[in-house]
Amino acid sequence: MKIIDLLEQTFLSLLSNKARSGLTILGIVIGIGSVITMVSIGQGASGTITSSIESLGSNLLMVSPGMARGVGQQVSAGRGGAQTLTLADANAIADQIYGVQAVAPQYSTRAQVTAKGANTNTSIYGVTEPYAAVRNVEIQSGSFITQAHNGSKAKVAVLGPAVVEDLFGEDADPIGQTIRFNNMDFRIVGVTVSKGGSGMNNVDDVIYIPLATAQQYISGDDKVGMINVQGESQKLLDQMEIDITALLLERHKIADETLADFQIMNQADIAASASSIAGTLTILLASIAGISLLVGGIGIMNMMLTTVTERTREIGLRKAVGAKKGDITIQFLAEAVTLTFLGGIAGVALGWIASLLVRHFGNTATQISPVSVLLAFGVSAAIGIIFGYYPAWRAAKLNPINALRYE
Amino acid sequence: MIQCKDIVKIYKTGEIETTILKSVSFQVKEGEFVAIIGPSGSGKSTLMNILGTLDVPTSGDYFLDGKNVAKYSDDELADIRKNKIGFVFQSFNLLPRATALRNVCLPLVYAGLDRNEREERGKEALSRAGLGAEHYHHYTNQLSGGQMQRVAIARALVNRPSIILADEPTGNLDTKTGEIVMETFQELNFQQGHTIVLITHERDIAEYADRIITVRDGSIVEDRKNTRKKIGIAGVDDRQKI
Ligand SMILES: Nc1ncnc2c1ncn2[C@@H]1O[C@H](COP(=O)(O)OP(=O)(O)O)[C@@H](O)[C@H]1O
Ligand SMILES: [Mg+2]
Repeated sequence: MKIIDLLEQTFLSLLSNKARSGLTILGIVIGIGSVITMVSIGQGASGTITSSIESLGSNLLMVSPGMARGVGQQVSAGRGGAQTLTLADANAIADQIYGVQAVAPQYSTRAQVTAKGANTNTSIYGVTEPYAAVRNVEIQSGSFITQAHNGSKAKVAVLGPAVVEDLFGEDADPIGQTIRFNNMDFRIVGVTVSKGGSGMNNVDDVIYIPLATAQQYISGDDKVGMINVQGESQKLLDQMEIDITALLLERHKIADETLADFQIMNQADIAASASSIAGTLTILLASIAGISLLVGGIGIMNMMLTTVTERTREIGLRKAVGAKKGDITIQFLAEAVTLTFLGGIAGVALGWIASLLVRHFGNTATQISPVSVLLAFGVSAAIGIIFGYYPAWRAAKLNPINALRYE
Repeated sequence: MIQCKDIVKIYKTGEIETTILKSVSFQVKEGEFVAIIGPSGSGKSTLMNILGTLDVPTSGDYFLDGKNVAKYSDDELADIRKNKIGFVFQSFNLLPRATALRNVCLPLVYAGLDRNEREERGKEALSRAGLGAEHYHHYTNQLSGGQMQRVAIARALVNRPSIILADEPTGNLDTKTGEIVMETFQELNFQQGHTIVLITHERDIAEYADRIITVRDGSIVEDRKNTRKKIGIAGVDDRQKI
C-alpha cells in the first residue's frame, strides 16, 4: 500500500465524520495548548528570577548579621535583627581577604520621606562609592554617592526612579531639589536607572545616602546592615566565603562556627536554588497541563474504538481483498496520529496566543521555547501512536469471517 | 486448481464442539463453473470461507494450484486472496461513502498499483461486469441492488483472479435481476475462463452452473454434471435493463 493512498484514505474517513473528528481533535488542542501555555509561564518566571539575580551584581558574597542555623535551632534571627557587623569588619575583609575586588558595606532603614508636600515610605540605604559597581546600580542622571560625600558626611541623596515618581511625578528631573526625612533635608544629586522588580525587594524604590551620614545622623553607631563583597572571579567565591567566615569568627571572638553571629550568602547558591525552584514550578505547571493532554489521548482512543466497531464489516472486506494485518494496523494508526497531529498544530497556535495574552494582560513574563513547541509535536504524535495502537491492534486481529458477518 | 482432501471444520463454542464439515473431499478444475447447493445451515459458507482462505480447516489439506495452504499464516493467506481469489457476497459489502469505481479499485490499493493504473483496470472490470459507465462515479448507496452486485462482481474481477467465489450472490436480489447476474457469471466463465464456485440454496440458481455439488449436514451427498440453463452470451441484451 502506497503512502499517498494511506493519506487519502485517512482524510476521507476522518472527513466522513467531521463532528466527531473535530471534537476529538479539540481534546488534543486543549491539552497541547495548555502544556505550551503553562511551560511558557514557567519558563518566563524562571527567566525573570534569573535576570533579577543577575541584576544583584556579579561574583557577589553578601555578609549579613544574624544567627546561622545551628544544631537544634530552627529559628535564625532575621537580617538586621541583631546588628553585629561593623564598618571595621568591612575594612578588615577588604584588607585581609584574598581575591576581593571591592567591598561595599550598607546600612538599611526605612523612613517616611517628604518633598514639596508629597510623601512616601521607602528604604534608605547608607552606602559608599563602590556600592554602585558591586550591586550593579547604574546612574541615569547626576552622580552616585562619592567618597567625598562620605568624607564630609554630606546630606545628599540618590533616588531610585520609583521614589522620583512617587515624590515628583513621572519624568520629573529632581536633581538639585531637596527631600526631607528624619528631620533633615537632603539634596538630590542623582537618579538611578530602573531595574524593574516589584514588591518588598523593589530596587527602584530606594534612596541612597552616604554611609557615614547615615551612621552619624540616623543610627549613631558604626554598625552596618550588610557587607557586600565582590570577588575577582566566580572561582574564588567558595574560598573567600571560608576565609571571611574564619576572619569574622576571629574578630567576633566566636570559637564554634555553629554559633556565628553572621551569615554569608553566595550569589551562585542563590541562583542555583532559585532556578531549581523555577524548574519545579515549570514541571508542576506542565504536569497539570499534561493531565488534560492525557484526557485528550483517552478521547482519541475512545473515538478510535468506536470507529473500529462501526467499521467492522469494512475491515473484514479489506482483509478479504488482500489487506494484511499490518495494512489494517497502519490505517487506523494513521487516523489516530493524524487527529493528534492536527490537534498538535492547532494546540501550539492556541498555546502561543494564550501565552501572549497572559504576557499582555496578566503582566507575567512568558517565554515560548522552540524546544517546547517541538516537544508538543512529538508528544502529540506519540499520543496518537500510544492511544491509537490498541484500537488499531483490535481492528487488525479481527477475524475476517466474523467481521464480514457483523451486522 | 482447487483440491480438497478430508477437510474437517469444528467450531468450539465454550465447551461444546460442533463439527460443521465432516471430511469433505473434491476437486475443481481450472475453468469450471461449479455450484454448491444445500439447505441453510449445511456448512456451505463455512466451506466457501475455507476455499477463499478466509478461514483454515481444523484438519485436512487444501491444495490451491498444487500448494497446501491449510497451514499458511494470516499474512500468507492475505497474499493468496490478493492474487488468486475474488469474492462476491450476498450482502455486496461495498463501502457506502465511496464511488463505484473507488470500491472496485480497493483490492488494487493493497496490490500497490498507482492511481492511473487502478482506475484503468477498475473501469475495465466494471464494463466486464456490465455496469453502465454513467454509474462509475456514483456513490454505491445511490445504486440499485443489481447495480451494487455488479460493482461487487467487478471488484472480484479487478485483480484478475483465477477463482471467483460467490456466496449467495442473488440472495438479496429479485428473481429477474438474479437471473441477469447469473448470466454475467456464465459469461465470465464462458468468455474469460474464470473458475467460478457459486454457493446457493436455490436449485434454479444452481442450474446456471455446469456441475452441481450437493452438501447436507457437512458432507457431500451428490456431485453431478449439469446441462446449463442458458448459454452465457444470451444475457448480453438483458444486461442493459438493470
Ligand atoms: N464462527 C462460528 N462459530 C460457531 N458456529 C458457527 C460459526 N460459523 C458458522 N457456524 C455454524 O455452522 C453451521 C453452518 O453454517 P454455514 O456454513 O454458514 O451454513 P450455510 O452457509 O450452509 O447456511 C451453522 O449451524 C452455523 O450456526
Ligand atoms: Mg451461508
